Amino acid sequence: MQPAGLNEISQTAPFKLPPLPFNHDALAPHISEKTLSFHYDKHHKKYIDTTNELIKGTEFEGSKLDEIIRSTANNDKYQKLFNNAAQSWNHWFFWNSLKKDGGGIPKGNLLDLMNSSFGSYDQFVKEFADSSISQFGSGWGWLVRDADKLKVVKTQNADNPLSHNLKPVLAIDVWEHAYYLDYQNKRNEFVFEIINNLINWDFAEYNLSINP
Amino acid sequence: MKTNLILFTVIIAITIQNLNAQFTQDSLVYSFDALEPYIDAQTMEIHYTKHHAGYVKNLNKAIEEANLLNKSIDHILKNVSKYNSTIRNNGGGHYNHALFWQLLTPMKNTKPLEKLSKAIDSTFGSMQNFKKQFNQEASSRFGSGWAWLIVTPQKKLAILSTPNQDNPVMDDAPVKGIPILGIDVWEHAYYLKYQNKRNDYLDAIWNVINWEDVSTRYESAISQK
Ligand SMILES: [Fe+2]
Ligand SMILES: [Fe+2]
Repeated sequence: MQPAGLNEISQTAPFKLPPLPFNHDALAPHISEKTLSFHYDKHHKKYIDTTNELIKGTEFEGSKLDEIIRSTANNDKYQKLFNNAAQSWNHWFFWNSLKKDGGGIPKGNLLDLMNSSFGSYDQFVKEFADSSISQFGSGWGWLVRDADKLKVVKTQNADNPLSHNLKPVLAIDVWEHAYYLDYQNKRNEFVFEIINNLINWDFAEYNLSINP
Repeated sequence: MKTNLILFTVIIAITIQNLNAQFTQDSLVYSFDALEPYIDAQTMEIHYTKHHAGYVKNLNKAIEEANLLNKSIDHILKNVSKYNSTIRNNGGGHYNHALFWQLLTPMKNTKPLEKLSKAIDSTFGSMQNFKKQFNQEASSRFGSGWAWLIVTPQKKLAILSTPNQDNPVMDDAPVKGIPILGIDVWEHAYYLKYQNKRNDYLDAIWNVINWEDVSTRYESAISQK
């Protein structure tokens, strides 16, 4: 299975907004059509547009998005480019982490890996949720692969696993814009709705397969 | 009689709760819908009763665990580098929001008093330029945070922004000073009404800034040793 928008996200600048892998109303009632119309059409698009503007005249004009993210991480001179490039990539990764009628217990190798990493599916749910909910302020919750284990990490603002040499497997956007129209201050409800109803395990398996 | 008894019990319960809790929220001196149409009632209500109340609750729990009861919020923030991130985040969250509510008003057309007005003109050129620079700073703060107008230790005005619930009172702030104006740019402050358009929120909020309160804070800050 190839993730939606892989071509767009793998090219060099000017970057194109990768397509949403589903209709705007496909994730309702867990994520509303209205939220996606802002989150994808405004926020994600703005990150792509700003990245394209910032990249002009820099050494990164011929670079791919993931290369830009790795090269500009922790570099004050390029902080704004990093923020926008990473958010462009993060949102592509997030859309693919979701699908209509997703969630539930994964199967096969993924379930084995989950059991050996967390002890059980329920323990995974608890750790992924706790980590994502407790990210203070804007940021992201991630499931990542670190050597032969899965683990959960959280990042601030635009930061992501690529800049920490971790292999991303799934993402949850916990910026308030991701849930405020639907859940207001109740981030915990949003996170559990995603884990229980929207996680795209096919995408998780794809990410494990390309990072053997 | 029965109603009175219930009421009495409720009052006692609230009093006991307040005795245990070191920090409490002051009541708002205006209603949730008083700042319409610039800040909508639903946003005000959730912001005050959920977000700010959450910071107060978490702060009280954290200071109890850290044996910091009876320390003032100023003391906590001025020593925040010694404490854990829960105290930092919720201490900042309480201080910033308690200040923010006082800086807002439904009164129309409040103006800076003479001393502050002169300081703004001499520092930024004009009120219009000040707002432009302030909004520029507030608009470009990436992610959650606050934009501030502070009085520096040299008694100068300066504009800056801080991430999350940090503020210029904290001992490890890159630029320290006394905040006289702070604007919340967390998305929860504007998303229900303005969504992705933070700049529209920043343009609108000047209609409800209490310049008399800001002026009083300015005069107090420049007279402090
Ligand atoms: Fe987002
Ligand atoms: Fe706030």
